Amino acid sequence: MRYVMTVSPDFPPGQIAGWYIFNTWLQRQLGEHIHVELYSDFEAQRKAIREGQIDLIYANPFDAAMLVREEGFTAIAAPLSKPDEAVIAVAVDSPIQQVADLKPGTRIAATDDPDVNLISMIMLEPADLSAQNTQTQTVGTYILVAKQVLQGKADVGFFLKDAFAGLSGMIQRQLRVLVRSEIHVIRHVLLVGPRLRERHGDLWNLLSEMGENDKGRDALKNLGLQGWEMQTQEDTEFMIDLMDTLVN
Amino acid sequence: MDDMTTKDVQEPYTKHLLHYFDGTSRYVLIKDEEVPFPEGKLIVSRTDLQGIITHCNQAFIEMSGYTEEELIGQPHYILRHPDMPKVAFKDAWDTVGSGVKWHGYVKNLRKDGRYYWVYATIILNIRDGKPVSCTSVRRKPSRTQVDACTALYAKLRQAEEE
Repeated sequence: MRYVMTVSPDFPPGQIAGWYIFNTWLQRQLGEHIHVELYSDFEAQRKAIREGQIDLIYANPFDAAMLVREEGFTAIAAPLSKPDEAVIAVAVDSPIQQVADLKPGTRIAATDDPDVNLISMIMLEPADLSAQNTQTQTVGTYILVAKQVLQGKADVGFFLKDAFAGLSGMIQRQLRVLVRSEIHVIRHVLLVGPRLRERHGDLWNLLSEMGENDKGRDALKNLGLQGWEMQTQEDTEFMIDLMDTLVN
Repeated sequence: MDDMTTKDVQEPYTKHLLHYFDGTSRYVLIKDEEVPFPEGKLIVSRTDLQGIITHCNQAFIEMSGYTEEELIGQPHYILRHPDMPKVAFKDAWDTVGSGVKWHGYVKNLRKDGRYYWVYATIILNIRDGKPVSCTSVRRKPSRTQVDACTALYAKLRQAEEE
């Protein structure tokens, strides 16, 4: 059987090759034919999931509830020491010094990354801000988020912490972090679809031992990961419950 | 649950007797001093269906002033502040018990007698179609809402005492 693997569209563009290298490693280890299908946005990926086209996914935590509770996916691993944290930044010379300084009508620049946007909006709640009294400009990349802020087209920008850290030094010096999340438990998760479930045990063993050989370590390095933390279904259910409390 | 004592709470404080829904009671020592909710953090805990704490994160430990060992196995009402009206907790448990997510602003009592405000959300955790536990997540509230709730809860408390 030919299986399909996909990756949450918010992965850093520099890691596209890393996912193909991971897939080559996985196919050899598992002895299965797996095709990598990448989607440019979350909606296109969700449509493919709903149509039953996906067997293995490195999923955004925002989509984990739908995948596990509606589409029958099971948890297998999460990236080691790599939680999804958000950063809200302003231009370095902005008069905004703290979240409480923000007022209704605040202009936000953001990508379509759903968990970063959720966490970031929660961090604006203490200023009585919500989707109803702010203006969000959705752009394609975090570099464009930074540009919107630096060009004065947005008052604040929402960033994935790792993406913010990956901005060039020149751009970072023109931005100032207003607030950063420290949630620790929201993170991407590798999930196995119903068709691939009979190989769940083999996948578990392969991924848990991935860092113990050179080829596995190289594949991890290309993904920007230290390793995998193996997940029980309850680990992922716990994160889904937590996400559920955050979605109004 | 043991009464709060001067071992943990420095003067000045006021002393109150709290009666809980399960028939127990304890003396709490209250200081009129707020500890601000930290930016960017979430307080996360899980209880069993009887409200006994089974899991808490580091932010919960830091804000409550208790150690993890002191929290696990205790009823969640260890954090109850006497300024909170009973009706708020009844509404929360009735709502969650019926399987509906509950949101509300809560003034919590720390081990050292100080307090902190949170915007809390509680959900019932369902596994294999059955309720097994509750997850509660608290986040930084807006000051406008805290001020409104301070006034509202004072009125509700007054009505409960009459």
